[in-house]
Amino acid sequence: MTPILDVSGLQKHFSVTKGFPRSVTTIVKAVDGVDFTVAPGEAFGLVGESGCGKSTVARAVLRLIEPDAGTVLFDGTDVRAASSSALIRLRERMQIVFQDPYSSLNPRRTIGRTLVEPLGVHGIARGREAEAIARGLLEEVGLPPTSMTRYPHEFSGGQRQRIGIARALTLKPALIVADEPVSALDVSVQAQVLLLLKDLQKRRGLAFVFVSHDLSVIRWFCTRVAVMYLGRIVEQGPVAQVFSAPRHPYTRMLRDASPIPNPSRRGVLPRVIGEIPSAAAPPPGCHFHPRCARATELCRSVYPTFRDGVACHHPHMD
Amino acid sequence: MKAILRNPTTSIGALFCILIFVGAILAPWISPYDPLDQNIIDRLQPPSAEYWLGTDIYGRDVLSRILWGARISLVVSVAAITVAVVIGGAIGMVSAYIGGRFDLFVMQVMDVLLSFPSLILGLIVVALLGPDLINLIVAIALTAIAPFARIARAPVLSLKERAFVEAGRALGFSHARVLFVHIMPNILSEVLVMASLWMATAVRTEASLSFIGLGVKPPTATWGGMMRDGFEAILDAPWLSVFPGIAILMLVLGLNMVGDGLRDATDPKLSGS
Repeated sequence: MTPILDVSGLQKHFSVTKGFPRSVTTIVKAVDGVDFTVAPGEAFGLVGESGCGKSTVARAVLRLIEPDAGTVLFDGTDVRAASSSALIRLRERMQIVFQDPYSSLNPRRTIGRTLVEPLGVHGIARGREAEAIARGLLEEVGLPPTSMTRYPHEFSGGQRQRIGIARALTLKPALIVADEPVSALDVSVQAQVLLLLKDLQKRRGLAFVFVSHDLSVIRWFCTRVAVMYLGRIVEQGPVAQVFSAPRHPYTRMLRDASPIPNPSRRGVLPRVIGEIPSAAAPPPGCHFHPRCARATELCRSVYPTFRDGVACHHPHMD
Repeated sequence: MKAILRNPTTSIGALFCILIFVGAILAPWISPYDPLDQNIIDRLQPPSAEYWLGTDIYGRDVLSRILWGARISLVVSVAAITVAVVIGGAIGMVSAYIGGRFDLFVMQVMDVLLSFPSLILGLIVVALLGPDLINLIVAIALTAIAPFARIARAPVLSLKERAFVEAGRALGFSHARVLFVHIMPNILSEVLVMASLWMATAVRTEASLSFIGLGVKPPTATWGGMMRDGFEAILDAPWLSVFPGIAILMLVLGLNMVGDGLRDATDPKLSGS
């Protein structure tokens, strides 16, 4: 099956210039060569610690920030090469759901206006017809039609996130990039929103790029997952395989660090060595070697090539 | 609105403003005399039942001239501030939205404008273009553009980082739509508060320019011009400059009081206290 999203060699470097009179420019390689594909209707997870570049990937895919290099193919169309009018057409088919439900809605607009506006801009529907579509979307995400005339501050975080999801659905997209969609919510509300997203995925055949730092959320929602470390993917594969038998030492560390619900199965606390280094000055060789128990001389000098779903010189084999 | 008027200072300010606005609008009907009509026999009359606020050196009725002068003051300040809000606001918003070096450059230009005291800048413009109503409006507008650019820029800098702006872009909205339809309503209250405060400054600048003879030409009645005429006879006929002075004071004070009230009412940090 042809993938709906095909990302290869994606790069985004930010440069920061500081100091006067002799300024120093540091280049932060937020995303440094990322490849992955997403099949239609598939939920693809992107997981990693804070600052590993996963949100940057999400935005670069949609060209909300301009990537520096690489190709992004959406359904065969080159997103990076798209003209501004072609990009507008593309945006009807790929949408984003944000992490912070408080800043993602315009405080001065009613929910109705927020949902009706994209329909008008894209010439899909106007007036009563558009309002009917908006009411339908609200129902689909589990909110009463009376929400139309209300303002964002009248809703809770979970309700706002539902509104954000409804807004993403206005243009009937085929792909939704969800950037930590439940991280800002209470655990009980997280479950409801995740169920809603899963339900929408099934009903509408939506493909997802699901960005999260929460392994359990990814494990439940996604079929395939990529683990990112310092701007690069270090391991990729089906969720069951990656999390039950992680091959990269970093993935193993992440898995062992995530809490286990059953207390009797809880072992000793895993050892987590060090912190994520700055992307402005990544260590030479394999970026993970300063925190890795299996590191050898080779790891300190040569970055491992990505082979068989993992980028490691000494992957776990069990 | 009710909350705004509950503050006594604000209501007094609003009362002053309304009084002068109504007086200016109704001037042709409520003025007891023609403001330009000279009556040499009754010149330099002190306030009396016949001439409530006295007459000037040509025997013109001071009350009528104040009422008609209010029209000039209000037309000039409202027009100038409207121009400044639209142009300055647009400059500030676009500059903040584009950001980077462009923003830096635009704001440096605004700083240069801001470094002139408004009276001096107004003086230069009127001296160059000649004193008439339109030039006066242009001059005063020019002095207020930079402050409005600044006040509009600051909130846009933070708003443009909010996710709803990114969401708008992701939905395929143009930059113009995002900036003027989505961001602008969020800064409107701050800009309007500033506008009411700057109205007062515009009234003062207009009066100052008229006082030094660079306002609307005589014999048209202006408050600044009246004060100047009266200034020459201040010991013999103090009412000539005192009453226009009180009119200016009432309007400036009233606008400031209303502006402060609006600011308090729109500031979320002060609401509820």
